[in-house]
Amino acid sequence: MSRKVVVTGLGAITPIGENVQETWKNALKGVSGVHALEQDWVEKYDLPVRIGALSPKPAEDVVSRVQAKRLDPSGQLSVAAAREAWTDAGFSGRDADSSDEVDPTRLGVAFGTGIGGVWTLLDAWDTLLEKGPRRVKPMTVPMLMPNGNASSVSMEFKARACAITPVSACASGTEAFYQGLNIIRSGKADVVIVGGAESAIHPMTIAAFNSMQALSRRNDEPERASRPFDVDRDGFVMGEGAGAVILESEEHARARGARIYAELAGAGLSADAHHITAPATGADGGPARALREAMVSGDIAPSEIKHVNAHATSTPVGDVPEAGALRAAFGDAVDEMAVSATKSMTGHLLGGSGAVEGVLAVLALTERVAPCTINLENQDPRIDLDVVTTARELPSGDMVAISNSFGFGGHNSVAAFRSL
Amino acid sequence: MASKDEILAGLAEIVNEETGLETEAVQLDKSFTEDLDIDSISMMTIVVNAEEKFDVTIPDEEVKNLKTVEDAVNFIDNAQA
Repeated sequence: MSRKVVVTGLGAITPIGENVQETWKNALKGVSGVHALEQDWVEKYDLPVRIGALSPKPAEDVVSRVQAKRLDPSGQLSVAAAREAWTDAGFSGRDADSSDEVDPTRLGVAFGTGIGGVWTLLDAWDTLLEKGPRRVKPMTVPMLMPNGNASSVSMEFKARACAITPVSACASGTEAFYQGLNIIRSGKADVVIVGGAESAIHPMTIAAFNSMQALSRRNDEPERASRPFDVDRDGFVMGEGAGAVILESEEHARARGARIYAELAGAGLSADAHHITAPATGADGGPARALREAMVSGDIAPSEIKHVNAHATSTPVGDVPEAGALRAAFGDAVDEMAVSATKSMTGHLLGGSGAVEGVLAVLALTERVAPCTINLENQDPRIDLDVVTTARELPSGDMVAISNSFGFGGHNSVAAFRSL
Repeated sequence: MASKDEILAGLAEIVNEETGLETEAVQLDKSFTEDLDIDSISMMTIVVNAEEKFDVTIPDEEVKNLKTVEDAVNFIDNAQA
């Protein structure tokens, strides 16, 4: 029997909260983090999309002024979320070197991102054009590289077992759970800081996502723009932020007397090999296969699953296949699952989304309440799911909650948490 | 044209901005690497910021000769002339 992996710490910095507690409180209240973008570049480039879900900046006692200059905004969010999770897990020191209860060579990192340091990259390009090569900052490459966030978290906490970067577009954050689970199961590490981060609300990325018709243009009603599963959804809303979770072998967590939130019972990963942006559908499509793998990996019966944090981005083409995949994988048991689409409040954090939604799924399990799906006024009749519109109590007793993420490129990942 | 005192003060601000070191720590006799613990990447950032602040050019091959704060102050002072 492979080692059990448990969740012992949570961290998040999101458009609806500067920490886990605030994010969770607002997710239960149904607060939207989507607002009109007021940066001067919105007017300057006459952007067709003028809304987004911005995240608070990390406090200076978490990411110092000097450290901030050496980290892309996504790296700053990564360190902030990981710091909260680390503290929440109750380690005695600031990092593994100063904490007796964890061996730095047995502490790993799996921290995902969709794009990496896109602000750093594009700022450097602007500098090159405006001021010439001499002014391009020497820290540009380490700040823009996609592995920069995993590396920064590894350095911050002296994690020396490994520092890997799942890069699978919007599935990255959930893939981090899959990788973290297997790193601990394989015996390579006892503790893994998993997570995901994104800070990509830049005029270029807005223009690019808009060109592919992916974004909502509901500019006059920002808070109503992200509306997963609703018939009037017209695209996702870009968000930024990060989530982080401390995964730990059960043995290690119990030995140090850690508070345990839940078990990461299983995880699934698949590739569609179908279309670069459209999800594969049907019982053998990638999303359904990832869901089934998570069940096998965690020895989970569909009837145990009572809550789903759906990928549900609010795009016309994306939300319907997810409903189909859930039914293909779980059969009629899906009727007993309370499904929440929290991107309705946070917007779409791309590589950070799966990490934040994993945090929310764990809290749904421990607090026994499913968070809101706002803006669901007329549910798309093709979506045959029990969608939670206002926070709803979940049943007591043993249960499993899952979190899904599907990314451009046909990447699918699922994390399944079980109550302990 | 900045005086040597002004160059030192300006350099101290640049070092503070990049590394968080107190400006008082940046004294003429201090070595950038040994005393101030400034790595090569930070050093290049400081050089480029100093070029902009004092409107001088500090060639890359010259940077390795700027071992102490005084070396940098003197170089910038001469380059201004």
